[in-house]
Amino acid sequence: MKTRRVTAGVASVLALSLGAAACGGGGDDNDGGGSGKKDAALNSIVNASSKKGGTVSYEHSDVPDSLDPGNTYYGWVQNFSRLYGRTLTTFKPAAGKDGLTVVPDLAESLGKSSPDAKTWTYKLRAGVKFQDGKPVTSKDVKYAVERSNFAPEALSNGPTYFKSYLEGGDKYKGPYKDKSADGIKSIETPDDRTIVFKLKQPFADFDYLATFSQTAPVPQAKDDGAKYVQHIVSSGPYQFQSYEEGRGATLVRNPQWDPKTDPNRKALPDKVTIKFKVNQVTIDNDLLSDKITGDAAGTGVAPQTQPKVLAGKNAGQTDSSYAGATQYIALNLKVAPFDNIHCRKAVQWGLDKQSVLDAMGGTPKGDVATTLLPPSVNGYTKFDTYATEGNKGNAAKAKAELKECGKPNGFKTILTARSDRPAEVAQATAVQASLKKIGINVEIKQFPAGKYFSNFAGVPSYVHANKLGMLSMAWGADWPTGYGFLDQVVNGAAIKPSGGNNLMELDDPKINKALTDAIANTDDAARTKAWGEIDKMVLDNASVVPVVYRKNLLLRPKSATNVTVTQAYLGMYDYLLMGSSK
Amino acid sequence: MTAPIETTGAEAGAQPEAVLSGVKKSQIEGRSLTQIAWMRFKRDKVAMAGGVVVILLTLLAVFSKPIQWIFNLDPNKFNQDLIDPALLAPKGGWGGMSWDHPLGVDPQYGRDMLARIIDGSWVSLLVAGGATLLSVCIGTVLGVVAGYYGGWVDSIISKLMDTFLAFPLLLFAISISASVQDGFFGLDGLSLRICVLIFVIGFFSWPYIGRIVRAQTMTLRKREFIEAATSLGARGPYVLFRELLPNLVAPILVYSTLIIPTNILFEAALSFLGVGIAPPQASWGGMLSNAVDLYTADPQYMFVPGLAIFITVLAFNLLGDGLRDALDPRSK
Repeated sequence: MKTRRVTAGVASVLALSLGAAACGGGGDDNDGGGSGKKDAALNSIVNASSKKGGTVSYEHSDVPDSLDPGNTYYGWVQNFSRLYGRTLTTFKPAAGKDGLTVVPDLAESLGKSSPDAKTWTYKLRAGVKFQDGKPVTSKDVKYAVERSNFAPEALSNGPTYFKSYLEGGDKYKGPYKDKSADGIKSIETPDDRTIVFKLKQPFADFDYLATFSQTAPVPQAKDDGAKYVQHIVSSGPYQFQSYEEGRGATLVRNPQWDPKTDPNRKALPDKVTIKFKVNQVTIDNDLLSDKITGDAAGTGVAPQTQPKVLAGKNAGQTDSSYAGATQYIALNLKVAPFDNIHCRKAVQWGLDKQSVLDAMGGTPKGDVATTLLPPSVNGYTKFDTYATEGNKGNAAKAKAELKECGKPNGFKTILTARSDRPAEVAQATAVQASLKKIGINVEIKQFPAGKYFSNFAGVPSYVHANKLGMLSMAWGADWPTGYGFLDQVVNGAAIKPSGGNNLMELDDPKINKALTDAIANTDDAARTKAWGEIDKMVLDNASVVPVVYRKNLLLRPKSATNVTVTQAYLGMYDYLLMGSSK
Repeated sequence: MTAPIETTGAEAGAQPEAVLSGVKKSQIEGRSLTQIAWMRFKRDKVAMAGGVVVILLTLLAVFSKPIQWIFNLDPNKFNQDLIDPALLAPKGGWGGMSWDHPLGVDPQYGRDMLARIIDGSWVSLLVAGGATLLSVCIGTVLGVVAGYYGGWVDSIISKLMDTFLAFPLLLFAISISASVQDGFFGLDGLSLRICVLIFVIGFFSWPYIGRIVRAQTMTLRKREFIEAATSLGARGPYVLFRELLPNLVAPILVYSTLIIPTNILFEAALSFLGVGIAPPQASWGGMLSNAVDLYTADPQYMFVPGLAIFITVLAFNLLGDGLRDALDPRSK
């Protein structure tokens, strides 16, 4: 029996090698390039069309956490759920930077704030109806926020920002436990078209929170907690014709949706289908052969497909979009020698970022990062505190910092990486080779991604005990502003005994205060400017080493129409706009 | 497999000289079991070839550092000017083959493949060899004891084997690897990783050999020579290690050569899960698992370590088959 196992092993190794050799030579004979140029969808709408009809079909390599707008944290579901759920506000379905603009959707206008940014009032549009013909009221919106934020026993997936910011949010037990007619007191519904949110602290980004799928109205009478996903009641242009858990769904037109109430949605296709658990390489091939319209995950093609599309004739069908995330290395301020700013600066100066990027897959996968905020976030300001020629590092400056740190011959430290993320391991390997040149000997330790924050890198006591000086980290904002990005990673309040995201354990009173002050500022321009300044303060502290602004290598098939990248949803295509010529 | 009455060379030499004239002395010399097996083995050209390759590989592994030094090879030196980062492949055909890099370079970093194959050989063979040794030692001792004593001893050990076989090995490997930290037994870094791998692979695969040894022992203990030994008053340990064990050498040896390749592949699987050898140290398994994602762009990257593992696995298999035929021809 054993022998057979071994023989099978031999056979499979040989088969793999030979198979690989055989596959490598094959090019693809697609006569592609028809739909626009490479990166055309970054700043324009490719294959613009106003023709109604057709079916848009998506595939996804995994399953969603839930398609229920009140029970999801996934960016692509936030984007996709706008087809069947209208939120108070949403991101403008438009190309380029315009896509980051918040526009009213279910509400008539953006939120009206009190001067202290603690009370936010929205007025709903008249004439919006659910798929069963009942009018959408402010109570349905209030109920949707209650169930999504305060009932982790039934709907545990979504973020809980409303719970954190609403007055009395820590006391209210959610609609399934608290059966009182009033619900949470800090959301008021004085009439059927008005909704008022009362916050416990000033929060000027509230219009961004209102874009979350959690504000899509849910009729209380139809809600049965986690099972609601089986029969979601639509308020948007499409409703569920079928839904199969873990398999997929089909959406058809919602006859009750009135285009006159909706300036944002063109709703061109007649039908939208989505299929889950399709192998990523299969999805890529389906896109290339024009079988489907989009890869719902929106995180780009599999590594195996990357060379095939970039070297082949399909290069014109690709878009390298900013994924809204920065890949960086956190230097822990409590682990020697990084308690000394000069040792931190030695890493900043010494790191060859270009080499790291090349190891991760080069320009299609990202750009060298010099700031913590990525370019696709409101508030990004371009600067480079530790500029070196060609981003290749400056050994002389690094060595000078090492001398000042009292370690002229370098030192030993540990760098963590998530073992199941090949790009992160590649990053770590390249960082290790690069820092070795200035005398910093880095040992790489790998941890499973699922436990990275809860048990290892996010646990300060573990980090200190094991002297994990350098921690690989990637962060994307929950909403695309400086605050949405920075608050969870550089605010001292984000240091937690476990599961924290502030891996540097950066607790600088000046940075904390700057964040609190800026989010209370209702002047949009001043607030946006502040994020860039806070970013500079973080870089001056030198505990964050930005490495790469991550990019997705997206592929658009020829039949896809109105294709454009939305920066607001992690650099995937805008699913409100997407149509199909088929 | 009974122990034949050995005709020693001394006895043969005692024959009258005259009778043997014209016949070469060695031809009628009595041969030991080992000699017979060796003769059979020598005749098996395929097995010999396997053995030679195994010896060469072992030499390569043992002297990998001096070899790298002599030929000035650096397995961890980046040559990113030789790669095309966007295509995830080296520039030029055949994985970037050139006179400077006869086996090409790896796609992300441009490190010399020849150097990495040589540097990876000792890690792969040490892990596979060490794990085999560990599992064979534990498996043999427990297997012999279970098979010989039977009864409740056997049921306890057999249940233990079942438990180990049912153990979710990969989960255990991941948790051990994450929980074992520097300073454990005074080890750190690479040596610690290697020890953890040897332990995890070896400690959890002993029941396979344990069961073979147990079954073999159960058939042997009813044989006359064991009865003879016990009736003469031989006690447990003597019977176990002086009477039974020598007769178990053949299956154990054969099994060991067959399990080594499995363990090399196992190391590859663990590297794939990130609990194997940490970068930048090369290991064949690690290279192969890296290559899985990139094989369409750079098939050579998978082909080279794949070929190395293939040759090793094949050589050990041929050697093992040859040994089995030589030691126990009836099992053919």
